[in-house]
Amino acid sequence: MVLFETKEVTKKYATQLALDRVSISVPEQSIFGLLGPNGAGKTTLIRIINQITGPDSGEVFLNGRKLKADDVYQIGYLPEERGLYKKMKVGDQALYLAQIKGLSKAEAMRRLKYWFKKLEIVDWWDKKVEELSKGMQQKVQFVTTVLHEPKLLIFDEPFTGFDPLNANIIKNEILFLREKGATIIFSTHNMSSVEELCDNITLIDHGHAILDGSLEKIRHDWAANEYEVIMAGDVKPEGNNHFSVLNTEYEGGKSNIRLKTDGNDDTNEILRLMAGYGKIISFNPALPSMNEIFIRVVESQNSKQE
Amino acid sequence: MNKISVIIAREYSTRVRKKSFIIMTLLTPILMASMFIIPALVMSNKDKDFKKIAVVEDGTDLFKGSIPNIAEAEFVYLDNVKFNDLKNTFESAGYYGVLYISSEVIEAPNAVQLVSRKQPPMSLLEHINGSLEKEVEKQKMLSYNIKDLDQILKSIHTDVSVQTIKIDESGNTKRTSTTASMILAYFSGFLMYMLVFMFGAQVMRGVIEEKTSRVVEVIVSSVKPFQLMVGKIVGIALVGLTQFAVWVMLTGAIVTVTKVNLTSKNTTAKVENTAQSIIQTNNAVPVDQVSQASLSATQENPVLKAMDTALDQNWALIIPVFIFYFITGYLLYASLFAAVGSAVDSETDTQQFMLPITIPIILGLVVAMGTMENPESSISFWFSLIPLTSPIVMVARMPFDVPVWQIALSMFLMVITVWGAIWMAAKIYRTGILMYGKKTSYGEIWKWLRYKE
Repeated sequence: MVLFETKEVTKKYATQLALDRVSISVPEQSIFGLLGPNGAGKTTLIRIINQITGPDSGEVFLNGRKLKADDVYQIGYLPEERGLYKKMKVGDQALYLAQIKGLSKAEAMRRLKYWFKKLEIVDWWDKKVEELSKGMQQKVQFVTTVLHEPKLLIFDEPFTGFDPLNANIIKNEILFLREKGATIIFSTHNMSSVEELCDNITLIDHGHAILDGSLEKIRHDWAANEYEVIMAGDVKPEGNNHFSVLNTEYEGGKSNIRLKTDGNDDTNEILRLMAGYGKIISFNPALPSMNEIFIRVVESQNSKQE
Repeated sequence: MNKISVIIAREYSTRVRKKSFIIMTLLTPILMASMFIIPALVMSNKDKDFKKIAVVEDGTDLFKGSIPNIAEAEFVYLDNVKFNDLKNTFESAGYYGVLYISSEVIEAPNAVQLVSRKQPPMSLLEHINGSLEKEVEKQKMLSYNIKDLDQILKSIHTDVSVQTIKIDESGNTKRTSTTASMILAYFSGFLMYMLVFMFGAQVMRGVIEEKTSRVVEVIVSSVKPFQLMVGKIVGIALVGLTQFAVWVMLTGAIVTVTKVNLTSKNTTAKVENTAQSIIQTNNAVPVDQVSQASLSATQENPVLKAMDTALDQNWALIIPVFIFYFITGYLLYASLFAAVGSAVDSETDTQQFMLPITIPIILGLVVAMGTMENPESSISFWFSLIPLTSPIVMVARMPFDVPVWQIALSMFLMVITVWGAIWMAAKIYRTGILMYGKKTSYGEIWKWLRYKE
């Protein structure tokens, strides 16, 4: 089931076309990656979802209904440009942000206690925000984003500013939130975290959605018929007329072999041939990293435009 | 609506709890009250050191006994002493100074010298001048050989003190004091200027704080930018009203307490005098003479008199009008300040946008100061109608009885302008708060004004 959808959303700023008929579709209880180079229009789209600004044309749906003012209570937003009132105490601030998201003071208090305990930040309650380190502030901000238990969560670069340990804590919290039923839109430039977390993605460039679909499918589509074979011992296999060996590396008693086929991927034939050279430890399609895909897609898009 | 009240509560409570706010709130009334009290204290606390002054005449003894002794000084007339000798020795002889009266004094009035180590107090000099003047006049008159001169002088002696009385159409009269009205006008105009500027600038700083700390992006994902702006403006207005109320009450309390103290001190002195005369004459005195003494004490101290007339103003009109202009003037400028705050990235960038806001405020203050000299001038009239300056100029005109239609017209124009300013500011604010890192120009702001939702 689709929780969130935009249809042909267009937004213009003065002379610049920020979004040009962008349609995205986010299935319920999934993590959706919103990708794109700087200035592609991601922030504009996120602001439209948050009703900070409205689209010039096109429609936005939440739960199958058109987005309405009250829906801000269903949405939690951690912006990339984030911050808190520096002079305010952490607890007061969290209560305030919860209240403008529609929680009563008592309910906000109850949930804050739970989250502060869970993330082990109870001691910070009476500290001023300016006394906290950047990472600590991020943690507080994360709590205030998820506190009202929104159906739709938008995280814009949620891991910047965190050390690996805390980044991992936050990552697990995000996965846990999805498990509990939340749907997450995740915007980042960190492609390895996309590979780790996302179920589906859309790539936006110059206001256009240029690539979308499930992460698995996209990676297979861009796999470019390459395979990775690991074999025992130092072996030097050779290709035939259906495939070629790109390179071979010997390390730690194993050979790492990269193959490229001519498009007719008869993997059984390859395996048979390879088995003649020695013991096959593993055989996998070599999926391109999201990083590679990102660069290739955006570059080809740019060359098209020139 | 509920969200706005949450925002108002935050804006209010974070500011009211600040130390700087508490100190300002408590300290200012003390400063203001001291503006009333210090002159009064100075008046009632003269240089009380007793001074003995030697009087030396040059050959004659025309002025012997003509300078009466007063509480602070005794005049000792010395014969057979040379001024030039005494000039060097008077201090060791226990004198404060030497007054030398030359024989030419009748022809040349500056032929009198007072030699002393310290600068003599003004009141002492006035006393000597006055006494000698009277004596010289007397001497001159005597030279005309007029019969019964003393009696004639006594019968023509008159003291005049003009009382200003305002009279309205229905014939009610009111004692007024132009000085008191001027002080009040100055005070109200300046207070309005300060309040509007101070709290307007606070709104601007608040907006900039939200923008630079980036907290605004989170907040506008929960509330409309307009709600945030209105919440901030109203919250700070309540802070201003709180502070103002405390100021008025504390200043009033301090002034009243001091007034009571001053009055009772003077009254005691008077009553003592009266009591003394009772003992002297051994007569029964009716009770109301005592209360009359306290009444005359109030009338005699000029500070108390000014305070009396100051408290005699038409407060029932002045205070509501002041509050009206405080609220509307504040709303007008606060929304403009909010728009400026939203358009810039830091306080240092505000300069270019502040100018069109500060010029009318300062113009208003300048005209308000002129208003005190000439409350009916046409420049005061026009500036008290123009909404950008009217909050300051109109309150400065209030102590001088402004026609009701002028107040009504000015208020009407003000309300319309405030409405327009908020509408305009909201449009700029909505776009401005989410614009980072780009220097904003007037052309840019003009574009924001025309953006659709």
